[in-house]
Amino acid sequence: MEYEISLATTMAISVLFALSLNMITGFCGQISLGHAAFLGVGAYTSGILAKAGVPFLLTLPLAMLLAGALGVIVGFASLRVRADFLAITTMGVGFLFVGIVRQQDVLGAEMGISAIPDTDMSKLAFMLFAVAMAAATAVLSAYVRRCWMGRVFAAIAEDEDTVRVMGIDVPSFKLTAFALGTALAGLAGGLYAQHLKFIAPDSFGFIESITVLSMVVVGGIGSVIGVTVSAAVLSVLPSWFQVIGDYKLLVYGGLLFLMMRFSPGGMAALVTRVFHPDRWGAK
Amino acid sequence: MLFVELIAQGLIQGSIYALIALGLTLVYGLLRILHVAHAAFFTLGGYVGVMVANQTGSLAAAIVAAMIVAGIGGILVFRLCYQPILHQPPFVPLIASIGLYIAAEELFRIIFGPSGLTYGYAFLQGQVVLFGSLRFKLAEIAVMLGSAAIIGVLSLLQTRTRIGVACQATVSDPQMAESFGISLRRVGDINFFVGSALAAFAGVMVSVLNNLVEPTMGSVPSYKALAIIVLGGLGSVRGTLAAALVLGVVESFGTVYLGHFLDRNAIAFAFLILVLMWRPQGLFARSG
Repeated sequence: MEYEISLATTMAISVLFALSLNMITGFCGQISLGHAAFLGVGAYTSGILAKAGVPFLLTLPLAMLLAGALGVIVGFASLRVRADFLAITTMGVGFLFVGIVRQQDVLGAEMGISAIPDTDMSKLAFMLFAVAMAAATAVLSAYVRRCWMGRVFAAIAEDEDTVRVMGIDVPSFKLTAFALGTALAGLAGGLYAQHLKFIAPDSFGFIESITVLSMVVVGGIGSVIGVTVSAAVLSVLPSWFQVIGDYKLLVYGGLLFLMMRFSPGGMAALVTRVFHPDRWGAK
Repeated sequence: MLFVELIAQGLIQGSIYALIALGLTLVYGLLRILHVAHAAFFTLGGYVGVMVANQTGSLAAAIVAAMIVAGIGGILVFRLCYQPILHQPPFVPLIASIGLYIAAEELFRIIFGPSGLTYGYAFLQGQVVLFGSLRFKLAEIAVMLGSAAIIGVLSLLQTRTRIGVACQATVSDPQMAESFGISLRRVGDINFFVGSALAAFAGVMVSVLNNLVEPTMGSVPSYKALAIIVLGGLGSVRGTLAAALVLGVVESFGTVYLGHFLDRNAIAFAFLILVLMWRPQGLFARSG
């Protein structure tokens, strides 16, 4: 049972993390290749505070706050550069985060932070808490997608210039998307640190950013259900099949490539194509 | 003397970057794709090079073989992977390319093993002393001269031959070029062949320099080359060359003076972000 609980916790954290990227890349169309940096900010904030004696539940809002604040700063970059340039800039942010953390003794440098103290929660309670957080994020995502703000996000993703011409304040919507998405990534990071009890800079590098991006892309960019399912499945696949565990990156890389090459809309588009052929192609 | 030495080391590193980034620029200029998988040909070049060199004992044969194999691989990637998704929004080929690169890196690891291969012969390991007291490996000199020669020949070909002019025309206006009878597919083939061959040349030279070929040797150059073509203003060949050399020098100074605060890769990207915030169109691009 112990193992299943741990697996379910990993799954919930991955779903939460993938949904947070979906907020930025899926809804608002701002590609980010450095999203793991915000998972890292959350994890380090929560881990260090917990070691300093702050109760775990109190570290989470602080982790969200710091990740969200840094996210807004990176969001400013999205006002200055677009598309390909933004992809490279966010990738740079990811490398910058790892590069800085690696050299700071305060943050444990290469060795990272270990022995993060336990919470009062049992393993089972922590798993349920993580699942509840992921579910809440899914509900929030579904709500954001339907509300006025979500529609502006979608419009920005579709054609930013037209939205601007219509007199909508594009920068503040973009910054909101970044703030929301990165704060949620910070929350995922806090859970991650508490779950593993150990964090090191390499856990938040480029590969992690690509992994989460592949979860979003495979699920279907912008689709809440698609992203939830694909994050849940992809996060546990390596543990279920040892073969996949050994060739994890080959499978991720291959999936990412094949998905883009043959179905850029991801699983969500595939499902639509199979079950609602009449709807497919309308967009 | 440290000052001169740092500049020299920076220029050597910069010319390696330039070789890799040139292929990326060619591809970006033509197709507007950030071709991350390009660095797989850098690694492929290293592997083909070390295998041919150890079989034949000739570095020249190794370089030629590596360039040809990578060049053909480049054409295949263009035809099979990119051409069918060119009409998609830009993030689609970008993500496909990242997936392709990650899968390729894993394939190298699975096929050739994680620990890497070394040369059975000592190529260009001699040392020379230049300008009084600066010591260089012969391989370092060869990298610099080789890059300069290749880039010189390429720029001549681009301006003096019909196909070179056709490539330039296609970059500046694909539709107009096509209506003048230029085959876009052929120009794409040539760009991918040349770009991948250059990356393979860089791969052989770097592996000679370090006497090591390993599956992950392409990962840092691949992302750094992206930073370089962005700095150079995406698609501009001259800008890319300048940016590669500038980044090489910035890094070699940065590791000495900022090393305790940032690692080498972070310096490159910090520089990139600073430049982009100041000039979003890149360091060496004309605005607008």
